[in-house]
Amino acid sequence: MTKVVDRKPLTFYERTYLPTLLEGLKVTARHFMRSVKGGNAALQLGDGYYPEVPWQVAEGYRGAPYLVRDQDGNTKCVSCQLCEFVCPPKAIRITPPGADGVPADRPNAEKMPREFEINMLRCIFCGLCQEVCPEEAIFLQKHYSLTGLTREEMIYDKERLLQLGGVHAGIQKWKHKLEEAREQDTFPVKTD
Amino acid sequence: MPAFTDLLFFAFAGLTLLFGFLCVANPLSRNPVTSAMFLVLTIVSMAGLFVLLHAFFLAAVQILVYAGAVMVLFLFVIMLLDLGEEERRKLNRVALVSGSAAVIGLAVVLGRALLAAKPMAKAGAVAADGDTGALGRILFQSYLLPFEILSILLLVAMVGVILLSKKESR
Amino acid sequence: MLDQLISDPTVRFVAFGTLKILVVFGVLMTFVAYAVLVERKLSALIQDRVGPNRTAPPLVLKIPVLGKLLQGWGIFQPMADGVKFFLKEDFTPDYVRKVYFWIAPAITVIPALLTIAVIPFGSRLGGEPMVIADLNVGILYTFGIVSLGVYGIVLAGWSSNSKYPFLGGIRSSAQMISYELAMGMSVVSVVLVTGDLNLGKIVEFQAAHGWLVFYQPLAFVIFLVSAFAETNRLPFDLPESESELVGGYHTEYSSMKFALFFMGEYANMIASAAMMVTLFFGGWSLPFVGAPAGTWLGGLLHIGIFLAKMIVLVLVFIWVRWMLPRFRYDQLMDLGWRRFIPLALANIVVTALVLAALKS
Repeated sequence: MTKVVDRKPLTFYERTYLPTLLEGLKVTARHFMRSVKGGNAALQLGDGYYPEVPWQVAEGYRGAPYLVRDQDGNTKCVSCQLCEFVCPPKAIRITPPGADGVPADRPNAEKMPREFEINMLRCIFCGLCQEVCPEEAIFLQKHYSLTGLTREEMIYDKERLLQLGGVHAGIQKWKHKLEEAREQDTFPVKTD
Repeated sequence: MPAFTDLLFFAFAGLTLLFGFLCVANPLSRNPVTSAMFLVLTIVSMAGLFVLLHAFFLAAVQILVYAGAVMVLFLFVIMLLDLGEEERRKLNRVALVSGSAAVIGLAVVLGRALLAAKPMAKAGAVAADGDTGALGRILFQSYLLPFEILSILLLVAMVGVILLSKKESR
Repeated sequence: MLDQLISDPTVRFVAFGTLKILVVFGVLMTFVAYAVLVERKLSALIQDRVGPNRTAPPLVLKIPVLGKLLQGWGIFQPMADGVKFFLKEDFTPDYVRKVYFWIAPAITVIPALLTIAVIPFGSRLGGEPMVIADLNVGILYTFGIVSLGVYGIVLAGWSSNSKYPFLGGIRSSAQMISYELAMGMSVVSVVLVTGDLNLGKIVEFQAAHGWLVFYQPLAFVIFLVSAFAETNRLPFDLPESESELVGGYHTEYSSMKFALFFMGEYANMIASAAMMVTLFFGGWSLPFVGAPAGTWLGGLLHIGIFLAKMIVLVLVFIWVRWMLPRFRYDQLMDLGWRRFIPLALANIVVTALVLAALKS
């Protein structure tokens, strides 16, 4: 059953702007009274405000993007540069090892970044790098208060990103590959 | 303290003349906004002269109407125009001659009128205390007809402006 | 010798005049500083926030309970703001018209301060009338000075030489001229009732016959709304509307020059609140405390009454800011020219007719 809502023209009283005015008065007065009585969220915290009492970051919050290590302490990033290309404000800059660069620090991984920089002044915390990463190596974490005294200080390098990022207990793609490869090595022996 | 008021008179008169001169012939800037601002200052110092004559009402109206409304409109229009062209314009010889002729003519008329006038022993009742009531009575009783004619003139001007501005849109 | 000096009218005039100017200026500046704090605190409470509550000079927090309380109310915030404004870099962009850019902030503040001169903020204190300049044409003086206030904003907008300030300046000049008319016409009916342009006489009339807001409610409404437009306060803050013009006429300003615009706005707000108290709410009088006070205590009480009324009106100004959305430009012009001016004119005619009928 459809219900037709007819659009009434404004009455003269409504066109005088007075009802809107009164409504605004009522809303602001209500909020004001509630705040004075201590009803608002900030006042209800009780033991203090932000700098002393840290803010409770909600699950799913998109804070600063950091690199993560896997359970064995390996760098997960393989310097595929997808995040660098997808980054809308061009905050990420990856220096790949090149053809004859340093080999990966763990067996069977293709390569790893020589340098990985995120300019936190440019970053807009959109999360596209996390979205695009095939290795699950970069994650937007809960840090929201990024400060520095110089612009250079706000460009985070690989060491810093890895240190801040911590360990991520996700998939270990290369570990499985390695195990598979080792199994290949011992393949003929495997007779049951 | 007659000496002090005299001093003020000369100060205001001098300022009026100085600002008036800077308004029309500023050697430092040919910017119309600068001219308009000096005209505002001229009007304000003239209001100071009115105050010295105890014509407080006139002084207040002078600032309210001329400095506060008319000149703001001037400024409004000037700011919407292209100022560069005005700044580049050279002095026009015809305008110079006709302008100075007008100034000299006006000065002669004013001088004759001033010389013919006899110094009054006492200013009129209105000027003496700046009473707005007396001013209103004079305006609406003795000079009612000129006053009304002036109002009609303004009305005609207003109607004319509306007519002219409406014409183009049709 | 001293007695002779005090009894000399010129010395008395100069001495008391200077004293009154200094005191009024000091009080006004304090009010301006704390009006900013009240605005921030009140807006915070209306929007379910906390507002400034962290500033405190080093030793204040040592005071047992009071220190913490004062910090929580943000009492010291205006001082911190003032220090900040003085210490900030005073940046003048390269492309501005220097002279006007520099004098525009001063032109904005000075008229706001000058308006206070004619407002009777008390009856008498020790035989001295509590008004800096007792002019016979007080109302006209106020309007004249207020109308000069627009120059600061227009020149700031024009001299900044960039598009948003320019638009802000243009808007403010149109807006202030329009609402000055409505404002002036609403006051004409007040003057018709009192029969005098002297603000002191108007207050005395109200002390004897009751507040004018009851005689002229329509004039009061028009005056109030026009005052919002004249002081560029929301809902009529089109010259500086942040969402479209960045900051309007003061976009290019920084440091103390910006602070002067800010002070000008608040001083204007306080001046128009004082004007409204004088014109419509009986100035220093209360319905039951009548006539000019003979004693010192009575004189002080009258000043207190005046300030209390003024503060209430300033609070109304601040409250309205968080209550109404900004008007569109054509709506603003429509309200001024097509509603308020005809209404004010009709009000004048009706008032004149009623007065004539009462007289005959």
